[in-house]
Amino acid sequence: MSDTTQASSSGGRQRRSIWKSLEIDPRLLGMIGAFIAIAVIFNIMTGGRFLTPRNIFNLTIQTVSVAIMATGMVFIIVTRHIDLSVGALLATCSAVMAMMQTRWLLDLGFDLGHPLLPWLAIGAGIIVGTIIGAFQGWLAGYQGIPAFIVTLGGLLVWRNVAWYLTDGQTIGPLNETYSAFGGIQGTLGSFWSWVVGLIAVAAALVGLWSARRNKVAHDFPVKPLWAEGVVAAIIAGGILGFVWILTSYEIPQRVLERDFEAAGRVLPEGYTASYGLPFSVLVLIAVAIVMTIIATRTRLGRYIFATGGNPDAAELSGINTKLLTVKVFAILGALCAISAVVASARLANHTNDIGTLDELRVIAAAVIGGTALSGGIGTIYGAILGALIMQSLQSGMAMMGVDAPFQNIVVGGVLVLAVWIDIQYRKWTGEGK
Amino acid sequence: MTTPLVELKNISIAFGGVQAVDDVSISLMPGEVLGLLGHNGAGKSTLIKILSGAYKMDSGEIRINGEKVDISSTRDARRHNIETIYQTLALADNLDAPSNLFLGRELTNVFGLVDDARMEAETRKIMKRLNPNFKKITEPVSALSGGQRQSVAIARAVYFNARILIMDEPTAALGVHETQMVADLIKELKAQGLGIFLISHDTREMMELCDRVSVMKNGQLIGTERVEDVTEDDILSMIILGKNPREKAVA
Ligand SMILES: Nc1ncnc2c1ncn2[C@@H]1O[C@H](COP(=O)(O)OP(=O)(O)OP(=O)(O)O)[C@@H](O)[C@H]1O
Ligand SMILES: [Mg+2]
Repeated sequence: MSDTTQASSSGGRQRRSIWKSLEIDPRLLGMIGAFIAIAVIFNIMTGGRFLTPRNIFNLTIQTVSVAIMATGMVFIIVTRHIDLSVGALLATCSAVMAMMQTRWLLDLGFDLGHPLLPWLAIGAGIIVGTIIGAFQGWLAGYQGIPAFIVTLGGLLVWRNVAWYLTDGQTIGPLNETYSAFGGIQGTLGSFWSWVVGLIAVAAALVGLWSARRNKVAHDFPVKPLWAEGVVAAIIAGGILGFVWILTSYEIPQRVLERDFEAAGRVLPEGYTASYGLPFSVLVLIAVAIVMTIIATRTRLGRYIFATGGNPDAAELSGINTKLLTVKVFAILGALCAISAVVASARLANHTNDIGTLDELRVIAAAVIGGTALSGGIGTIYGAILGALIMQSLQSGMAMMGVDAPFQNIVVGGVLVLAVWIDIQYRKWTGEGK
Repeated sequence: MTTPLVELKNISIAFGGVQAVDDVSISLMPGEVLGLLGHNGAGKSTLIKILSGAYKMDSGEIRINGEKVDISSTRDARRHNIETIYQTLALADNLDAPSNLFLGRELTNVFGLVDDARMEAETRKIMKRLNPNFKKITEPVSALSGGQRQSVAIARAVYFNARILIMDEPTAALGVHETQMVADLIKELKAQGLGIFLISHDTREMMELCDRVSVMKNGQLIGTERVEDVTEDDILSMIILGKNPREKAVA
């Protein structure tokens, strides 16, 4: 009887053998494919303006804030909750950090140039975000109020707490060090970007190699070496290609002149410099790595997914699902604060409407990235790609001169379409329900 | 007389108006298999869930090796080496067999990170013993058949060196061959000195595997008898009529 099953599957095995041996998540492949298709189409429609280093740079820094929060939203949705308050929470954190560095700390006797000023502000913002997140998680987890309601209330509360703290005024200009997290104001430059790129490649190769060694040690089947090589080449190519694009975006001459002038020097003839990796992107990469490790390699992550898959089973296994709810909301709260740094630094000010509608973008990014609202399924990289795809659509259409209402209509349609495709895909593979 | 491994004394619990378990007392000796029988909704699962820490009893006490213990969570129960195969299996469908087997008790490496490779290796080892046909180690358990899922739940209960094993209809979804393997497993564990609570609706199977059987009806204990003292018909009439025919004979 086992003979027949083997015989019938061997035909399919041939066909799938290449993809099978590469062991790349087909959903990841699909999302990258969709992203490339979007990028190529926009590039054609805009006469080559979409895929310039400059635009890719801008696209990247515009994505960061939503992407950071989307990684946390994955945990929330995986545990069958939702958080509608992230945009408002971002505003409250941003308000706290702006007030800290422009008023409150000064009232405490710090002077404006104090090197600790931005860091104390950021620290305070992260603490506030974490506490508010934990509080909302406590209401949902221990008090049993549906997270939808808790965070719908939170949306109103925190938006207006931010308003109250700042009297509705724009607060700025923000500290220079702080502003370096905004994107173009803080970049690594060419040399250090390549250093970071090479370190990342080395780390990825070490990771692949040790994973393989671990499997061999336990006598598990491993990919053929050629497949391992292909995966390594794709990862290395992706990282270095990204660095190459960002380091190809040169700082305009007039900006260089201004900078040299400010430093009291003359710009040498033929001198060029490029932006390279923005600090904000480094922050996103760090968040992505930490969140991926939490999701896949820690007990906390295992419990998050188990609880999403079957809350009763998790409870019977001794997992404190109530405390878990507090933890996932606290994590998202901290990430909202980090996003607030990036968002307000990018604007160089805290504005009263900062983060408005971000809750929708963040949820959409997570969902487009394959997070299932029924719980238990989702990935960090998916959410980041989801954020990137949404931002690409938005800025691509803006470049094409599509009217604002149509932009939003398309983004809304894409959200529904992405979920529909995901459902069809799961039906086809028999995954999930 | 040796002290019982487990004593459940005067256990009661109600859900709203339903008295699910009503003043039930049973005990279990080391190396003994105690069968729990009764119609649907009799309170069998509820009773054992009190021992496994899933429910908190309204009144009564639990003794293990003669000592009164406080079991208020499944973690407490596990600490007393009580392992449970739940009727619902309690598996996270989106996770694979190793993640389910070690759920709540993950193996970790020196950095405190979960060691998936080691858990997978351990899972392969125990599954080879319990169900050699089981191959889908790394697939989400939602992709498994009912019987394969049951194997995962059984493996989880057996892996952690239980002293007290609770099996709530462990063979409900199993084929003839797999059912026999579970029966052999029960005999083997019994020989190792474990105490086993076994719940099943199959009276014949119970007569074969158990040392004693307890019958419940409407939350109450009808009676506990040694299997060699009763016939299958006696047990059936206890289940259906809610009366112990032997008690009447004695009286
Ligand atoms: N969590 C709960 N909430 C409310 N009522 C419950 C709960 N669990 C069990 N009950 C009730 O308690 C009674 C006993 O249920 P229990 O599951 O213990 O029966 P059982 O003997 O295991 O039945 P079966 O053979 O069908 O598994 C039933 O009336 C049931 O409806
Ligand atoms: Mg039951």
